[in-house]
Amino acid sequence: MPVVWIDGREVELAPDERLNGIELAARVGIDIPHYCWHPGLSVVASCRMCLVETGRRDPQTGEVQMLPKLVPACQTPASDGTVFVTDSDKVRQARAMVEEDLLLRHPVDCPICDKAGECRLQDYYFEHGRERRRADIKPFHSRKRELGPTVRLFVDRCVMCTRCVRFCREIAGSSELYVEHRGAHEEIEVFPGFPLENPLAGNVVDLCPVGALADKDFLYQQRVWFLRPRAHVCGGCATGCSIWIDQNQDRIYRIRPRENRQVNDWWICDAGRYGWKHVHDATRWIEPAMRVDEEWKSAGWSEVLEELDRRFRAAARPALVLSPFLTVEEAYLAVRYFEGLGEASDIVLGPVPREGEDQTFPGGFTIAAEKCPNRRGIERVVQGVTGRVPLSWSEWLEAGIEADCVWITGGYPSAPFGESDAESLSQVSWLVVQDLFDHPVAARADLRLPSVAWAERQGAYVNANDHLQAFSWGVRPPVGCRSEGQVFWQLGGRKRLYHPNDLLAEMAETLEGFSAARPPIAETGVSLAGQRIEETEVVG
Amino acid sequence: MKPDDPAIRWIDPPELTLSEQLYLPLFAQGLTTTMRHWKRTWTEGPVTVSYPDEEPTIGNPLNYRGVHRLNRDEQGRVQCVACFLCATACPAHCIDIVAAESPWPDRDKYPESFTIDELRCIFCGMCEEACPVDAIELTSLYNLTGRSREEMIFDKEKLLSVYDKTKDSEPMQSRSGGGAS
Repeated sequence: MPVVWIDGREVELAPDERLNGIELAARVGIDIPHYCWHPGLSVVASCRMCLVETGRRDPQTGEVQMLPKLVPACQTPASDGTVFVTDSDKVRQARAMVEEDLLLRHPVDCPICDKAGECRLQDYYFEHGRERRRADIKPFHSRKRELGPTVRLFVDRCVMCTRCVRFCREIAGSSELYVEHRGAHEEIEVFPGFPLENPLAGNVVDLCPVGALADKDFLYQQRVWFLRPRAHVCGGCATGCSIWIDQNQDRIYRIRPRENRQVNDWWICDAGRYGWKHVHDATRWIEPAMRVDEEWKSAGWSEVLEELDRRFRAAARPALVLSPFLTVEEAYLAVRYFEGLGEASDIVLGPVPREGEDQTFPGGFTIAAEKCPNRRGIERVVQGVTGRVPLSWSEWLEAGIEADCVWITGGYPSAPFGESDAESLSQVSWLVVQDLFDHPVAARADLRLPSVAWAERQGAYVNANDHLQAFSWGVRPPVGCRSEGQVFWQLGGRKRLYHPNDLLAEMAETLEGFSAARPPIAETGVSLAGQRIEETEVVG
Repeated sequence: MKPDDPAIRWIDPPELTLSEQLYLPLFAQGLTTTMRHWKRTWTEGPVTVSYPDEEPTIGNPLNYRGVHRLNRDEQGRVQCVACFLCATACPAHCIDIVAAESPWPDRDKYPESFTIDELRCIFCGMCEEACPVDAIELTSLYNLTGRSREEMIFDKEKLLSVYDKTKDSEPMQSRSGGGAS
């Protein structure tokens, strides 16, 4: 077992572990400041912030030989016998010098900088910098430059860590950015004619340790210390990236990636980053409405639920259309309810929106063509409960609809239903649509229920690689909207409030495909792969 | 913090001296203050003023904490850079700012709207203290009245007009002498 010493502490590593000084220090709770190093990018050791003293311990005599110069911890592997010293006067002095140097040409316009509050330069200066600034430079204005449609560069705030440049080269593979000039004149620049507009461009803003790169969508919208991040899972595509929803009083301001080495590493795509606008759309349904004499009349939830229960229990052949935006718990409750109605009910997988082909980037990040988060989870649930594969939407329509009462669940950010779908459903005697927005099928409904967006759901999604991630709401839905989970929880006669964690425990007990998903689920989720299910054909 | 926290240093109250134990000397000491004011009222007249018939004089108007104003820069534009520090410091949560990109080339950010609910404000002056560009200041205007709640919610225009009204009598104070403006 390799043994490493850090600040007098002995750390034992696994034989095949390859850590650098920063990672090793983080393991024992020591924070080595750094700007340019990022676990997902190559090492350049250019910021010099992580300088530490290192040495080697002789295995026979136990004598420690220290190197005379400081070395960057990000570039120093923690191999057997390495000694790190991170808290000596020499190291402290080096950090203060680096901080002073970085601030020499920095505008210090923190009051108008969007990064203030989560800025490494601020944090590290507070922790490691000098008390007073010796250079006689007054705060000034940073020059700015547009790098692309979504990203703006504040040139003078940059500390030249080149994380953004390396990201575009190594992860996105599009290499739009480069470093212009040398020495103190270095600047980040885009190649002429190649604006920063790759589908992962927004990540450079999260990577930037200072306020140099700003997201124009979030710029000046809110100060970061007012935001309360909530862990969630992106519903934009079947990759199901772990995200932080930065919200304040149930209004989303931005979405950031959440580190998850099993799904999305440290990245998200721009479609997901800006894919929350539908949540606060003013045209959303916010109360149940019943059609009475060709007029929409608003109704209360308790009245509506009674009517629903009565109609579906009396139906000769009820049908349930499961949206791929439902969480597995919601689908489970819905399928259980329809199973309870009798043998004859149809269980259908709703339309699965698709766009182009899966797009994989050199860094391994994939944007799925399937623009919904939980098709595989829904199929798994239906198969687990009923033993059958759910019919796909087009199969069901083509076969000719025999059902008399149909419940279409939703949560689609943009409706995948057309006029032809509405035509095919014209024979249905009672149609319930639960969704966010108006669409041709909803126009024919007898009852419409306001659903919730994916950012407001609670439960778990299963992504394209059968990885299950559980989450709570990112923001709370508008008053009057109820998730499918809450509705079917109540219809199923369950007591208390909708509680997805209890349901997942129940599913892990009873359904074969979910036995690995026994709560508590790790923040990074759990893989259901290996518990194979039968595949359905995906028809858009 | 719990009572058994090691960071707490417990100290005993000092022992009372004989004169303190007697209580009467302290009683006399307190009474002399009353006597002093009593004597002053007799010789110089009352210390109170009969407001509103009489206007009180304010010791140092620059230190007084009355109605807020938003200062203008040399070009007559709002000095505020919409950094939200006043709204962050405000213990009464009475400041509401909407920031936007500034229409001027030499400034990045400015407040599109800036409202203070003067009814909610407790006039503590924390906003003034937090401001990095000396844009918000409390004036010596103390007689703040209105006929409705809406009237007491001051918007940017109103706050700038307070500046126009008071800028001559109370010149802008610059404490930081810098900041990003």
